[in-house]
Amino acid sequence: MQETVLPGATAPFSTLLYLLIPGLPFLGFLLNGLLNKRLSGGVAGALGTLTVLGSFLLSVFLFVNFKYQYTVNLFDWISVGSLQIPFSYQIDQLSLLMLLLITGVGTLIHIYSIGYMSQDENVGKFFSFLNLFVFSMLILVLGANFVILFIGWEGVGLCSYLLIGFWNKHTSYNNAAKKAFIINRVGDLGFLLGIFLMYLTFNSVQYAEVFQKAHLGQFGNYGVGVCTAITLLLFVGAMGKSAQLPLYTWLPDAMAGPTPVSALIHAATMVTAGIYLVLRSNVLFTLAPQTLEVVGIIGLATALFAATIGLAQNDIKKVLAYSTVSQLGYMFLALGVMGYTSSFFHVLTHAFFKALLFLGAGSVIHAMSNEQDMRRMGGLRKALPITFLTMLIGCLAISGIPPFAGFFSKDEILSHVYEHSKVMWAIGLFTSFLTAFYMFRLLFLTFFGEFRGTEEQRHHLHESPASMTLPLIVLAILSTVGGFMGAPMFLGKHYLADYLTPIFTYSRQILPAAFTTEPEHSTELMLIGVSVLVAVVGIVLAYVQYVARAQRPAEEEAQRSGIDSLVYHKYYIDELYNALIVKPVMALSTGLYKFVENGIIDPIANGVGRATLAGGQLLRYVQTGSVETYLILMVLGIVLILGLNFGRL
Amino acid sequence: MTNASIVPAVIHEVPLQYYVFFATALFCIGVTGALIRRNAIIIFMCIELMLNAVNILLTAFAAYRADPNGQVFVFFIMAVAAAEVSVGLGIIVMIYRNFQNTDVNLLSRLKG
Repeated sequence: MQETVLPGATAPFSTLLYLLIPGLPFLGFLLNGLLNKRLSGGVAGALGTLTVLGSFLLSVFLFVNFKYQYTVNLFDWISVGSLQIPFSYQIDQLSLLMLLLITGVGTLIHIYSIGYMSQDENVGKFFSFLNLFVFSMLILVLGANFVILFIGWEGVGLCSYLLIGFWNKHTSYNNAAKKAFIINRVGDLGFLLGIFLMYLTFNSVQYAEVFQKAHLGQFGNYGVGVCTAITLLLFVGAMGKSAQLPLYTWLPDAMAGPTPVSALIHAATMVTAGIYLVLRSNVLFTLAPQTLEVVGIIGLATALFAATIGLAQNDIKKVLAYSTVSQLGYMFLALGVMGYTSSFFHVLTHAFFKALLFLGAGSVIHAMSNEQDMRRMGGLRKALPITFLTMLIGCLAISGIPPFAGFFSKDEILSHVYEHSKVMWAIGLFTSFLTAFYMFRLLFLTFFGEFRGTEEQRHHLHESPASMTLPLIVLAILSTVGGFMGAPMFLGKHYLADYLTPIFTYSRQILPAAFTTEPEHSTELMLIGVSVLVAVVGIVLAYVQYVARAQRPAEEEAQRSGIDSLVYHKYYIDELYNALIVKPVMALSTGLYKFVENGIIDPIANGVGRATLAGGQLLRYVQTGSVETYLILMVLGIVLILGLNFGRL
Repeated sequence: MTNASIVPAVIHEVPLQYYVFFATALFCIGVTGALIRRNAIIIFMCIELMLNAVNILLTAFAAYRADPNGQVFVFFIMAVAAAEVSVGLGIIVMIYRNFQNTDVNLLSRLKG
């Protein structure tokens, strides 16, 4: 067990090491960005991948040699009166694990992108944006105060916009990118307000100071209720970034971006930034039980809601998108019941299998000549054996079948929820059933049955190149064995929980009950049994529906009744937002344009110009061109000067 | 520094006011001529007239106050006047070459 030295202890390695970890991807961004068209696709890809690989190796080095928490002070960034915000990194268990996740999964996805984007004409731009994203995400997790976290937060939002709208010749993709950025912005407003309130309360935004003061009960001029306000605002930010109700609508639209983008940003890393934020501030959340209730309820509602929508989607990436929203709901549900470690466990395992699923979907799309509709697929398991096998592992993992990774993390979450509220557990269990069902629906529709595409697509079917299948295999292995870092029943101890203990020291002291109660052995077994049973039932039902009875989803134009139609159209939430928010804002914008811009500001600006011209026209008449006039004026001027100066004498 | 005591008495025979009136009259004639005449060379002569009026005034005051500064300044003025005339006459010659005429009313190309 690592000893916890208060952050503030000095860094054991040279500052260069810590600068390189985010610095290498930033260098990759600059090089690929500036030398965009001059590097060939292969070189650009290799450059982008090597930088992230370098960061990964450095992170592994830090991880292996980690002995105590510390902060690395880079420079005094903001120093205005009593406001001190140094630019420093915090190296502790949480940030190290996130580092490994981001750079590790990032490297795999970069390798995959070399194969996936090889035919694209803007490969250099793609890798430069990907590297910029990795850089921003690393800043986010490395920061030692909330403001640096916010810098990374904004950076990943920007990169999300750039990458979703990567194929910027399609207006709909650009709109999706704008939507993502704007909805994120709404969340960011809450986040910023939270930071401001935090500064007012604790007079600092540095993690070490804020958490220590909160733990000691020093809330400045406020009582402990201010924590509820701060955490609610921070959660608004997390809702936007991690696509919870009601700020989730950007994530399905974000599937307009290339598949590696969906895998990296919208499955494995960016969307987990909200969870990271809550984990980091776990002290504040522990002190605000009302916020935790809200978090839990919203998480559960999102999980259920998104799962129901996923049942009716026909685009392979949209199903995965709603699945991501649903799994993120699970993570927030875990946070809401103070299962902090289990939430992070699910972050890790979800990153593995969701990245795997997205990359596999990309492989399928690649083979199907960019077809994404599952109604046109079918029987692909003979043509794409590796993809099929790895996606099967991914689906098993997400459904929670032992011994795959998802089982351990999801089961741990559900057992925490069970202790908290049986009703929530039942809903969570039902969502788990839905998850298994729609994921295997995806698998069966894509890989089983007869091929439903065009002849040309059938002709073109091929397994993906090694650069794409290798990451799939690695991620499949991780999805299989990754769960054992948190399997106390099998391996004796819960490696992940033990490793992360120092992060939750303060929370543990405030509310020890939440961390020490363990369910009885028999209850544990019962819960495990029920979860697995429910998942298996979901899989069997999906098999019966889509393989045995060979049912196929209806076409676009088909008539749908009542609930069918409601779910297929995603509960008309997008239309609702459009009518409630988008149209009024656009109307306001048009109104302002007509009346303020054209009616007031333009006349003023143009008026100044016209006044100057008119003045010039008047002054023209002074230039008579006649020497005599000039002489007379000169003499008159001299007389005037002399008169005014010496007139009094 | 003025030394009123070393001024010879004969200087005061002609009162200082006569010189002032005379110089003023010359100056005004010069100004009027510069404003009214159309021939460029006549205008130049009037300018010289103004300069010389100032010279007279300066010399008169220098004598009445036994201050050599005034007369030294006259030398400066004369030198400057000479230089200015040489440049000015050069310009007038160029004007004559272009217009065959020295009438200043013809120089109105800068009319805006």
